[in-house]
Amino acid sequence: MPIKMDSDLSRFHKIVRGKVKKELRKFIANGELLARKGEKTVKIPLPRVEMPRFQYGDNKGGVGQGDGEIGDEVKQPQQSEEEQQAGDKQGEHGLEAEVTIEELAQLLGEELELPNIASKGKDTVESSQVRYTGIHKQGPESLRHFKRTFRESLKRSIISGVYDADDPVILPIKSDMRYRSFRRLKNPETSAVIFYMMDVSGSMGELQKKLVRFTSFWIDAWLNQQYKGIETRYIVHDAVAQEVDKDKFYRLREAGGTLISSAYMLALDIMRSDYPHSDWNIYMFHFSDGDNWSSNDTNACIKMINDDILPYVNLFSYGQVESRYGSGQFFRNLADAFPAHERVAMAKIKDQDAIVGAIKSFLGRGK
Amino acid sequence: MLGLDTRLTDELNYYVKEIEKVARQSGLEPCTTIFELVDYKQLNEIAAYMGFPTRYPHWRFGMEYEKLAKSYTYGLAIIYEMVINNDPCYAYLLRANDLVYQKTVIAHVFAHCDFFMKNFWFSKSNRKMLNNMANHGTVVRSLINELGHDQVEAFIDCCLSVENLIDIHAPFKEKKKFDREHEDIINTDRLKLQAKSYMDAYINPQDYLNAQRKILEAKQTQDSVLNAETDEQDVLNFLLLHAPLKNWEWQILNIIRSEAYYFAPQAQTKILNEGWATYWHSKIMTDLYPLSAAEIVDYCDHYAGIVASSPTQINPYKIGIELLRYCEQRWDKGKFGISYLECEDFSERQNWDKQALKGRDKLFEVRSIHNDVTFIDAFLDEDFCHQHKMFLYDYDPESKAYKINTRDFKAIKRSLLDQLTNIGNPVIVVKDGNYNNRQELLLQHKFTGQALHHGYTLETLQNLYRMWKRPVLIETADDDGRKRIRYDGSSHRVEKL
Repeated sequence: MPIKMDSDLSRFHKIVRGKVKKELRKFIANGELLARKGEKTVKIPLPRVEMPRFQYGDNKGGVGQGDGEIGDEVKQPQQSEEEQQAGDKQGEHGLEAEVTIEELAQLLGEELELPNIASKGKDTVESSQVRYTGIHKQGPESLRHFKRTFRESLKRSIISGVYDADDPVILPIKSDMRYRSFRRLKNPETSAVIFYMMDVSGSMGELQKKLVRFTSFWIDAWLNQQYKGIETRYIVHDAVAQEVDKDKFYRLREAGGTLISSAYMLALDIMRSDYPHSDWNIYMFHFSDGDNWSSNDTNACIKMINDDILPYVNLFSYGQVESRYGSGQFFRNLADAFPAHERVAMAKIKDQDAIVGAIKSFLGRGK
Repeated sequence: MLGLDTRLTDELNYYVKEIEKVARQSGLEPCTTIFELVDYKQLNEIAAYMGFPTRYPHWRFGMEYEKLAKSYTYGLAIIYEMVINNDPCYAYLLRANDLVYQKTVIAHVFAHCDFFMKNFWFSKSNRKMLNNMANHGTVVRSLINELGHDQVEAFIDCCLSVENLIDIHAPFKEKKKFDREHEDIINTDRLKLQAKSYMDAYINPQDYLNAQRKILEAKQTQDSVLNAETDEQDVLNFLLLHAPLKNWEWQILNIIRSEAYYFAPQAQTKILNEGWATYWHSKIMTDLYPLSAAEIVDYCDHYAGIVASSPTQINPYKIGIELLRYCEQRWDKGKFGISYLECEDFSERQNWDKQALKGRDKLFEVRSIHNDVTFIDAFLDEDFCHQHKMFLYDYDPESKAYKINTRDFKAIKRSLLDQLTNIGNPVIVVKDGNYNNRQELLLQHKFTGQALHHGYTLETLQNLYRMWKRPVLIETADDDGRKRIRYDGSSHRVEKL
């Protein structure tokens, strides 16, 4: 019987999945609901999954029971509210789909046709694990399997006729001995680290940070699906750079000038000390509004990217969020310096609708 | 049906027998009832299939199951009884319930079974539905194997979108008409040449039958569309007879229709049926086969849950049992007949007691002949309305809240009856199957003051088009007046009338 329900249930889940996928671009653009902390699943409100019928529309009132004067408010109008809102208006939700972030990343991959990442082949780390998987006739005494040994012994003595039920003494001989055997399992493990860098100078406002947050949520989701055990480091900078935790990263707001090189420098320091590039897949994402203090600093940045970053990372991405004060000069400079470098991805994120495009250009290379 | 482990324990079996005895002694006449003991997963599953675990596969059962499973997990709702109208009746008890619960449910179930058997509105109901549902399941599954899941499911979706377009009174109308039309098509035997069963496949090859059937159908479609009766409320029947459906589509639509008719009486008598069952389980548990003192508190707790009333929703259990008790009391005291009804004196009415003691007889009469609409219409009077503090509420757009609108008896009753009429569905009839002499299908919504949901209406027209394959129209109305909506296969057009 359960088999039957399973199939109906999976048909239903398929429909829900289809709906999520259909609405995915909308969710990417309005990602606020996704960024809940510490949860493995996200709840996505979906439009109803229901049969359309010829039925009455605005069911606004009804018959109730209880105390109260005319004009008093009636509490908990759950059902009627639902009915009333069911419609083709936006914001109605009949259904809340619970989707794991992993699944979401998968949908994202399907929707944006993201290629799977070919991780740096030689850089895989292997961890090994011991598993007791079988029984052998030889082995160390410490691994002797008492029960099996006894059984063999008993079998032998019964077959050979030495067994006496009144005096059931069992004497194991060497061929009765059984030992646990183990295998060493090798788990190929690839690890990755993401550096998020963000300009928090005065010109980066709330809106700009929101764009960064939404974009990085999807980057996280995708890379987490591609690698096991991912690490994330956050760096903010204005004229100086500092490492912060995730919370601070999105909230911190400083005033003052911008020296992009400071962030790169710090990222390089961390990378050199903690993440030897031979063992790690390294990703760097930098978000800024495109203003840098001076062209000297910009040149220093370009030099750093070229000499110290690109040889070691999988991908260096630059996302430029539009702000009223930003000139956007840095984007042009980078574009001139790395016209078609396979490890440099750049995107302009001017509003929420542009997030999808940015994700696509960041992750669309399979690096 | 669900395997061996669903048998009742000896203890429960004992109580089933005892309670059945008591029920029969007090006049209930349930048919044979088979109880099964299931865990909550099984019960959720059975409930998701609306009592029939053998039903055809469809995703909405999965959706229903997930809803039930979730609300069980979060402790929001527990289904405590499940009984299906069949002969014999099947009823399911939840294994985890305590004994007080089980006894209550057993008594409740026997009253339901009595109702199924004795209520007029169930008199035409199919008592072999368990088998029929299983057959429907087999048909749909074999169609799925043949045509693929997606195609079949998509068509089922279409059919379900119009499943409320039946005439709930059709089974009680001139029997000839309701059944005969079907025979013409259903009965392929009619097309067959006589043959022994083992020769049948050779003498009546399927191809031949199909061809014959097509000819017959074509002929029927031709003359019947032109002469199609107007004002047919059984739209599904109309589609079965006249829509250019493929054989498998016809089978599916027919299945959906027959299941819709099967479930209609239950929707039609929700208040009365639940009221009746609650009345009897309460009577049996507290009076006829009383629980022990130790059990009664649990029972009360449980009972309070069933009849809990919410300010915004009429609880059918509550209103049902109260109205039945009210009715019993009135007939016990002789509060009926012209002299009572014409009595204007309040205190005289209050103290009226003619010792008529006809309450019990009246209740059995009510259970035999009424459905929710007639029940409410006949017995819900002003006294009852005030006693139970009923009111009408409305949405106030200014404060974005629901507010009590009136306590006027007439308005309340009218609204309640409106809500129950045609099981809460708008009345929609086929006006013309050959509209404008272009084989377009014209439906008409009998407008009674409440407009149709526009978005759903558009989508439903699309689904109808999928079956009719020619433009489909519906005449309806809203606050702005009458209008006609047309769907021609690619776009909708709304036309003011």
